[in-house]
Amino acid sequence: MKCEELLAMLNEYVDGTVDPAVCREFEKHMAGCNPCQVVVDNIRQTITLYKDGQPYAMPVQFRERMHEVLRNKWKEKFPAK
Amino acid sequence: MANQFTPETSDTELVHCAKSGNLDAFEALTNRYEQRVYGLAMRMLRQEQDAEDVTQQTFLSVLENLEGFRGEASISTWVLRIASHAALKIIRKRKGLNTVSLEEATEPSDDLNSIPHPEFIADWRQSPEHLVERNEVRRLLDDALTRLDEKHRLVFLLRDVEGLSIQETAAALDVSEGNVKVRLLRARLQLREELTRVLGDTKRQLVRSHNHHA
Repeated sequence: MKCEELLAMLNEYVDGTVDPAVCREFEKHMAGCNPCQVVVDNIRQTITLYKDGQPYAMPVQFRERMHEVLRNKWKEKFPAK
Repeated sequence: MANQFTPETSDTELVHCAKSGNLDAFEALTNRYEQRVYGLAMRMLRQEQDAEDVTQQTFLSVLENLEGFRGEASISTWVLRIASHAALKIIRKRKGLNTVSLEEATEPSDDLNSIPHPEFIADWRQSPEHLVERNEVRRLLDDALTRLDEKHRLVFLLRDVEGLSIQETAAALDVSEGNVKVRLLRARLQLREELTRVLGDTKRQLVRSHNHHA
């Protein structure tokens, strides 16, 4: 497997959805190609950083305002009987 | 009267009750997804006011279109779809474009040669677990995200941050799965490149062997 071919299948390998035979080719390649192994590691680390990063918290005042807007809209839609 | 719905109540039940006019159910649904929508909007738009607008528009839209939701997609996919389109609309407005179509004539092709190759390759000096705590790292992450084409950014956020499947992401954006995969690959590679240039250990930088075949 060439580095280019590995690149094309990178998503599937990182996501664990790659065919087992292809997976073996991948691992064989990476055992002898440190740069490719590091690229794969980097991608995993990148995803982890974004996924586990601090989320942006909704401002409290905005949240309250929004819920009020939604409640009023709801009452228009479903007037109390 | 206490809200009868709990975090364990299924989305399906919440939707069902909301459709029948139960406000508590609708509020529970909103509570469940609002933070994710806001987070997505902030990362797409980088401006609080715009993110607030998108969030409110999204839940107003959910409210208005609830009876039309038949459950072909999961509610999370549906909500994130609405938010995605709202965010893209704002970006296009900023750019002065009129079209809201996500497919463009100049879509990058799916061929291997057009995928940019990694250039800066090095192990990171610290693990993500340590980096995640640092404020300047968050800034770095946001800046790198902003430099992505918005179509690639959105796919990355939906798939890797929000955890939608390739299929769900494609459904949310009205594009093909193949399209999602290419955009995702580009996003991941570009982010990897930028982050590694800053976080990588330059003393252990590796050079790709262009002709390597194993």
